[in-house]
Amino acid sequence: MSLLTPPPEPPSVGAPPEGAPDGTLTSAEAADLGLAPAAKPRSMLRRGWEVFAENKLALVSLGVLLFMVAFCFIGPLIYPTDQVHTNLSDYLCHPSASHPLGCDDLGYDQLGRLMVGGQTSLEVGFAAALVAVLIGTLYGAFAGFVGGTVDSFLMRVVDAGLSIPYIMVVIILSVIFHPNTTVMIFVIAVFYWFAVARLVRGETLTLRTREYVQAVKVLGGRKGRAITRHVLPNAVGTIIVQGTFAVADAILILAGLGFLGLGVSAPATDWGSMLSGGLQYLQSAQDYWWLIYPPGICIIVTCIAINFIGDALRDAFETRLQRR
Amino acid sequence: MGGATMTTFLIRRVLQSIVVLFFVTLITLWLVHLVPGGPVVALVGVRATPAQLAYYNHLYGFDRPIWVQYWRWVSQFAQGNFGYSLKNNQSVASEIQQYLPKTLLLVGLGLVVSLAFGIPLGIYQAVKRYTVGDYALTWVSFLGYATPTFFVGLMLIEWFSLKIPLFPSQAPQGTTVGQILSQPRALVLPVFCFAFVAYALWSRYMRSSVMDNLVQDYVRTARAKGASERRVLWGHVFRNSLITIVTLLGLSIPTLVAGAIFVEVVFNYPGMGLQFYMAAQNVDFQTLMGFTVIATLATILGNLLADVGYAVLDPRVRY
Repeated sequence: MSLLTPPPEPPSVGAPPEGAPDGTLTSAEAADLGLAPAAKPRSMLRRGWEVFAENKLALVSLGVLLFMVAFCFIGPLIYPTDQVHTNLSDYLCHPSASHPLGCDDLGYDQLGRLMVGGQTSLEVGFAAALVAVLIGTLYGAFAGFVGGTVDSFLMRVVDAGLSIPYIMVVIILSVIFHPNTTVMIFVIAVFYWFAVARLVRGETLTLRTREYVQAVKVLGGRKGRAITRHVLPNAVGTIIVQGTFAVADAILILAGLGFLGLGVSAPATDWGSMLSGGLQYLQSAQDYWWLIYPPGICIIVTCIAINFIGDALRDAFETRLQRR
Repeated sequence: MGGATMTTFLIRRVLQSIVVLFFVTLITLWLVHLVPGGPVVALVGVRATPAQLAYYNHLYGFDRPIWVQYWRWVSQFAQGNFGYSLKNNQSVASEIQQYLPKTLLLVGLGLVVSLAFGIPLGIYQAVKRYTVGDYALTWVSFLGYATPTFFVGLMLIEWFSLKIPLFPSQAPQGTTVGQILSQPRALVLPVFCFAFVAYALWSRYMRSSVMDNLVQDYVRTARAKGASERRVLWGHVFRNSLITIVTLLGLSIPTLVAGAIFVEVVFNYPGMGLQFYMAAQNVDFQTLMGFTVIATLATILGNLLADVGYAVLDPRVRY
């Protein structure tokens, strides 16, 4: 279990009730019951999407996430600001028409800074999650399939990796490498994948013993068919869900490192580093709210949205299985 | 479970932990070797001259084969020599002696507060699942997951210390646990900051654990025998759900470590977390490594205790 991922069991807020509440059948249910002529079987992704789309909170979250991505990556094209050269004449300037969210202590426009910082946070979040999930999946699936002594050897390595408190090892790696954005991705991923590996290995072990996988063997199907047609498609759900939570974890870890002054080096920034900069003005007589609330809210909103999406994805993959 | 099975399980589990310990020490040694310039730079700092580097390289045996180094390093640790922080002119062991009790106090109080809220509210959520109250509390715990600990701390300072001056914005200062405890008002914000993050964890797990237990056969049996809902909940479900929490406590040490680091930095609480942060600022690898190995040992021990506790508490578990 990773540091920040919610436990896997609870259903999401606003989870759709099972079946149609008024007793009528949806077309999908009708098709499943054989009441309607079955059309071409819909793809797994499509069924998954339908369940996902029923969850309004997840749709809103997806919209929020897309908005944040657009804000950070397209925003600077619409609202260009100089985020490289400091401008001390704008030192901590208050929000005004020319600077809607004011400026920070180096004279950077805070709204533009949010976009640039968000680029780092989102890039590192998604890339670190992707790297960790890829390594963890390969490692875990290999351990699970091979089994035996090799498996227990590989899993002790994972146990060891998970025993070292993640935050400490990430701090040490940041001190060693003074990471830029690219290196930061690996600093965050290099110890995160252990958690993914353990999960995928467990999933592989469970799936291997499922009746429908056993049935393939009994019916004379090849092992390759069992893996590609049954094990992988079912494990993909778990992996994607875990990957989604990993994105939120990575964004939070990066924010934490930034707050500790170990984030990406200036003039690059991320939301956590921006908060760290705002902290020293917290106790001043003036209220510099724009130094603290905007980056903080960006982190929280993004991570909540990602968590809700992950939750809905879990429901989508599970419900899809139930409906089949 | 028979006594023999239990003993076998214990022996196997301890052996596993020893193997894990071996890999952990390897990984940590590898981390020290990652430092540009090697472990000698990690020891004497980045400003040492080549002559000094060569001297200490030989003195500490970093020019010897890696397995010799490994053995030396591990045996030193086993003897309680966790390194020497030249930055603080203090042995890491004495740093730990000085700061660990204060961190344990913070974590302990935070745990008590978070469990006191998390367990009852988690049960409430499971019993009243899919109601307004459940959804509202779910939002609170999602907020707990998605909000960085340091931001929670910043908000607590902003609202309950600066805007509404109820509590001091800085944690209690002092060298002993007694001095810390003598300033209870200053302890409130750090403890609640810590508790908020841990609360999300406990309430979430408690909710799902109670929900899992409510559909078990033994609950149906108890109801069929005419047990009241109160008795079903507190006599059967609560006790079984608590096993999950006890296990989780053992597994949650990395999370608690992370919480302690951020809370101590935000509130300037004089514990291991703040010391770890300052070591990161000062590039003091001896302190960083020493503290990390200690926290890792605690994690391994916690995992072991969680497994053993689970086996002892839950008679259904068979190994």
